[in-house]
Amino acid sequence: MNFWTDPIKLAFDGLMGLFSSWGMAADAAAVVINLLGIVGLISAVMVLDILLVWVERKVVARFQDRLGPNRVGPWGILQPFPDIIKLILKEDITPAGADKVAFNLAPILSLGSVLFLWAVVPLAATIYGVDLNVGLLYLVAAGAVGTLSIIMAGWSSNNKYALVGAYRMVANMISYEIPMVVALLIPTMLAGTMSIKGISDFQLEHGLFFFLTPLGALLFLISAIAELGRSPFDLNEGESEIVAGFHIEYSGMKFGLFYAGELLHAFTFGAFVGVLFFGGYAFPLPWGATNAFVAVFNVLFKGMVFYWVIMWVKYTVPRIRIDHMLAFNWKFLVPVSFTLLMVTAIFHSLLKDTGFWPYTLGMFLVNLIFGWLLLEMLRSRGRAEREQAEAPSTAAQAAHH
Amino acid sequence: MLNPWMFVGLFLIVGLLIPVAAIVLSALLAPRKPNPIKLSTYECGMETVGDSWVQFKAQYYVFALVFLIFDVETVFLFPWALALNALPFFAVVEGIVFILILIAGLSFAWRKGMLEWV
Repeated sequence: MNFWTDPIKLAFDGLMGLFSSWGMAADAAAVVINLLGIVGLISAVMVLDILLVWVERKVVARFQDRLGPNRVGPWGILQPFPDIIKLILKEDITPAGADKVAFNLAPILSLGSVLFLWAVVPLAATIYGVDLNVGLLYLVAAGAVGTLSIIMAGWSSNNKYALVGAYRMVANMISYEIPMVVALLIPTMLAGTMSIKGISDFQLEHGLFFFLTPLGALLFLISAIAELGRSPFDLNEGESEIVAGFHIEYSGMKFGLFYAGELLHAFTFGAFVGVLFFGGYAFPLPWGATNAFVAVFNVLFKGMVFYWVIMWVKYTVPRIRIDHMLAFNWKFLVPVSFTLLMVTAIFHSLLKDTGFWPYTLGMFLVNLIFGWLLLEMLRSRGRAEREQAEAPSTAAQAAHH
Repeated sequence: MLNPWMFVGLFLIVGLLIPVAAIVLSALLAPRKPNPIKLSTYECGMETVGDSWVQFKAQYYVFALVFLIFDVETVFLFPWALALNALPFFAVVEGIVFILILIAGLSFAWRKGMLEWV
């Protein structure tokens, strides 16, 4: 037990000694120390969130062949701080006829629901908020609070655009929750635990889940993008139709909270992809298993990589129509996810006792074949639809000639 | 160590206090000069016609119902997935039969046109 492997325990013991020397009861001291830890963790996450504003603006600028913020501080990295000061000093307008309680509660829940998620992110073998045995259910439940905040914002704004935006966003979020939950069932099945830290630890010994279920990882990433309401699933803020969607009436810091929540949500889901499918804190730098600081770097690094992938998709793909979005989910992703779940269950039970290499290679191969079949099916379906669409026009052309 | 759910409770409270603090800070520092035009509903310059709480498409409701069914049923799958390593192959097949029933439900909804956006 030393500083490099377990700094949290060291700090805990140190503070415990200090508080008991003040004559505080052990239980009360434990609560106070945990509270300090929580405040520390959330503050760190908020600082990260502030930097994400800069990352997002810089990356979108590069995707669009611009420079992005480059005046305040080196590479413009201090730009978010004046932005925040501006947001705090802006007048906060509550439109006439708005439902004040729900209107004010919505941005709080929006950022809060994302912060809740950090309670279960294992940052290192010894640094984590709490190791819940139902961690994955907690993840889904905290996500549902985010959905609630959006319908509250849309409903209470007394604005038609906001209402339509909220309906769209909620239809989107609840639909894509099904493939997401099924994608979460796959690591549960492979690791035999629902604890996020348990899943992360399991991959230390048994290899990355990405190799056992690449399609499950992809499924999780797609449904995470939809849950975030990011392009191509950003119908909630179709600028040309409903201006900004559910947060149209928000100004000042309340708008800032929605914005901060969205960015942090994207990064958090990036981190969850890393933790659940890419080995948690001991990959890519293997010293993460013993060195807590390397472990935190690993988790944040992978979170940043997948956050970048989410941004890459966002700034590359155009927005899709709501009927296409719902059809893609209910007629493609949901059946595919359930089939993948069955295939994984069968082959996992058949292969799990065959040793490391046959098991890993077998699972990977099964996923490859499944993915190839899926692509072939889509391709033939697309070809048939294209022929159907082109058939009348060619007939009309023939008649014309 | 603390009870994990107690920790979660503390975490939820602090997690909500941080955004509340941001809003309170803004309320203390920001100017406040409301007027009727500023507080009116924003519709790109147009006057709002009628009630803002408009009727919504019934299809949103239908999708919410379909979601509810599937969400409840996926919760039943978690215990099965959790215990998969300990289950005999027969029990694995039983779980698969349950998923097949789910898929049958989905295809029924599909056939009935519940999944169409009309």
